[in-house]
Amino acid sequence: MAIVASGNCLERNAWICGDYVETRSDELTAALREHIGLTVSAVLIGLAIAIPLVLLARRWRFTVPWIGGLASVLYTVPSLAFFALLLPVTGLSATTVRIGLVTYTLVILFRGLLAGLDAVPASARDAARGMGYGPVRLLLRVELPLALPAIIAAIRLATVSTIALVTVGAMIGHGGLGNLIYDGLTSTFKAEVLTSSVLCVALAVVADLLLVALQWLVTPWRHGRRGGRRGRGGPATREQAATREQAATREQAATEWAVATHAAAEQSVSARTVAAKTEGTTA
Amino acid sequence: MSTLTSAFDWLTTGASWRGGEGIATRLGQHLMLTGASVGIACAVALPVGIGLGHVGRGGTLAINISNAGRAVPTFAVLVLLAIGPLGIGDTTTVVALTLFAIAPLVTNSYIGMREVDPGAKEAARGMGMSGVQVLRRVELPLALPMILLGLRLAAVQVVATATIAALIGGGGLGRFVVDGLANNHRDQVVGGAILVAALALLVEGALIALSRLLPAAARPASCPR
Repeated sequence: MAIVASGNCLERNAWICGDYVETRSDELTAALREHIGLTVSAVLIGLAIAIPLVLLARRWRFTVPWIGGLASVLYTVPSLAFFALLLPVTGLSATTVRIGLVTYTLVILFRGLLAGLDAVPASARDAARGMGYGPVRLLLRVELPLALPAIIAAIRLATVSTIALVTVGAMIGHGGLGNLIYDGLTSTFKAEVLTSSVLCVALAVVADLLLVALQWLVTPWRHGRRGGRRGRGGPATREQAATREQAATREQAATEWAVATHAAAEQSVSARTVAAKTEGTTA
Repeated sequence: MSTLTSAFDWLTTGASWRGGEGIATRLGQHLMLTGASVGIACAVALPVGIGLGHVGRGGTLAINISNAGRAVPTFAVLVLLAIGPLGIGDTTTVVALTLFAIAPLVTNSYIGMREVDPGAKEAARGMGMSGVQVLRRVELPLALPMILLGLRLAAVQVVATATIAALIGGGGLGRFVVDGLANNHRDQVVGGAILVAALALLVEGALIALSRLLPAAARPASCPR
């Protein structure tokens, strides 16, 4: 199993081949760049649509089942079919892939944001109202900070699944690293397939870790750095600061489960989970 | 919009449904691949998830297997298996589909078992039930909705991934999309996509219906409601 041997690993069609990475680094970089570009734009556009949509849905509660139902239908349609259905409209372009990806991120983000905001304890909301907070200040100073872990969990889920999903875009020639995987399939080029597959998974892991770091930075009260952010000293912050490290970890796992199951349209179960966990840790 | 009308023409022509490469055959292949993969995955994953949940261990494994399943592109695994030792064929497709169905099944059956009210389990033990009896008569019925959710996630995932299997030369409805693209038959591309989407939605709908009916039927008749 000397697959890392130097020399003509390209001729031997080895799985792991340093020469491949060296000679085709331009190709790999370009594919990686397209992959990152598609993912970032899909998540950002998804967020830009999901945020106002969630605020509207919270304002007019009766729309939630309708949006939720439409979202599960869209989420159920397989990506390959989705891209194919967009072909008559947007053709063999990157836009086709991007619209498909945005649809999936939008569904995940809408549900995650809504579940996160809904899970804010009523007591925290009442306390803020009692202190004279208006709806905007309530949202920005109490609800959003409390929902941040759930929101970032949704962004992580959307990002990681988008990175995996981009590869299917290879079908119409815009799949980032997926293009190389597809190319390696037709020419049975093992190093090309393995290298780009590993890069794809590595990209997902790195993106996930970056988002975990982001969460750590924006929720300082969850790891005991009291007063790290003076501007956020509302009742919510103090309540969250009391949360112990261990409980926070457990809650994080619960939120992730909730968003994951939520992504599959099981609203009641996950809403209950989030609510139960949040109550449990803030009490 | 002309593509859409020609797609409907293709779908409603009897000739496109018949023959070895007709819609009926492809649909049968798609259902076979899906059924076999979900069946094998259930046989492997449910005992693991339910067992881990019953003894309350391996939670990290149960969550991480699902996260890993999400980060690994299905397309990459299909291609790796196809140009690897397994070669192109139905076995490759079923192996890949099974791998991806296992993750949601393990995770959801584990969570379902862990979320069973500890009070209910304690009460059952207090009534003198053995471990197996608690599992069969208390934990499983209460965990059933989550287990069925896992089944639904897995099934819908497999239907979608079976479509992508057409890219590595497998059978199933995805063939129409892939072949249509290669031969520039847009009516087949869009028509095939409509069929795939309809099948995925049907499977989802059927399993939602099942998850509404089954938990009620699984509840022991002697249980006061």
